[in-house]
Amino acid sequence: MCTTCGCSDSMRPTMTNIATGQTIPLAAQETPEHSHAHPHDHEHRSHSQADHEDHHHEKKTVLLEQAILSKNDRLAERNRGWLAERHILALNLVSSPGSGKTTLLEKTIADLQKEFPVSVIEGDQATLHDAERLRRTGCAVVQINTGAGCHLEADMVARGLESLQPSTQSVVMIENVGNLVCPALFDLGEQARVVILSVTEGEDKPLKYPHMFQSAHLVLINKIDLLPYLSFDIDQCLRYVNMVNTSAQVLQISAQTGEGLSAWYRWIQQHRSIGPDGKGL
Amino acid sequence: MHELGITRNIVNIVTEQAHGAKVTDVTVEIGKLSAIMPDAVRFCFDVVSQGTSLEGASLHIREIPGQASCHTCGITFPLEELYDSCPCGSRNITRLSGEELNIKDMVIV
Repeated sequence: MCTTCGCSDSMRPTMTNIATGQTIPLAAQETPEHSHAHPHDHEHRSHSQADHEDHHHEKKTVLLEQAILSKNDRLAERNRGWLAERHILALNLVSSPGSGKTTLLEKTIADLQKEFPVSVIEGDQATLHDAERLRRTGCAVVQINTGAGCHLEADMVARGLESLQPSTQSVVMIENVGNLVCPALFDLGEQARVVILSVTEGEDKPLKYPHMFQSAHLVLINKIDLLPYLSFDIDQCLRYVNMVNTSAQVLQISAQTGEGLSAWYRWIQQHRSIGPDGKGL
Repeated sequence: MHELGITRNIVNIVTEQAHGAKVTDVTVEIGKLSAIMPDAVRFCFDVVSQGTSLEGASLHIREIPGQASCHTCGITFPLEELYDSCPCGSRNITRLSGEELNIKDMVIV
């Protein structure tokens, strides 16, 4: 491991195509001049005072006026265009860890892949576990391991799409890293953002993580089969969602028992027929 | 920690724009409603800028408070949380500031 910044090979993002088993590094998060030819040699910093007197440094202020996330936003727009051209519906699924995203995807893919192809870009900090689970449903899946990163970024999704080559009019599910903070800031080029909140979490999650819930098009309240055993106040939760986001649709589901899933499938069908470019398929 | 990703973006953009010149100062704007902690960015900046033309540069962070205007009563008011209502009770508001994540300028020698 690098003692300078704590990075190591296992902390860098990688992408694994589950069908071929091929893993490639995604170098995008590296800053161009931060390439770590270890050990760091900082002799260039050891200017003597005489050096400074030899040449006169003139300070100059350069206006930049640029959004910090402009690069990601540009790449996300490019993904959106790529998807629209092919009439592909891409959904960005976000939640805290353990909300049941992968179980929901397993069930959804099993039920819908007879009607249209579904492929998955699976984001996790480490392991291929979720991608292997989803592979068993028969769908195409790439696993992106973000290493030190806590969210997917648009360039990772671009590489994932390149590897998956999803067919036209299909659906791409992007399962983001389980985290309700960071993924909110990063547009991936998806058509809609779906937040999954399970009833084993607190009903005040929408207020605690307002950025995430504010950016959602759809909120799925999962594991409702467990409601009889919990003190989760679902009406209060719905009020909190509404306080943060008045336009998001909310559906109550159980990926385990299948309750409420038909409404989720109808939502997907409606968004497929709208098409990513706002036109019909 | 998403501040690491944010800081990498700052360093990348400034490095590109500096074209190899030594950078001594960078000024950024971070809105108080942006979910980005300035202290975490400062911490990451020292680490991420090592070995780049920004190494040793001072990072200046301008924190921008949240503000919104109300379409019901017409006032402009401070916004402490993303989901705050106007003091008049209306939620028909437009956020004016507080979500900034911008690089303003840099000083090169």
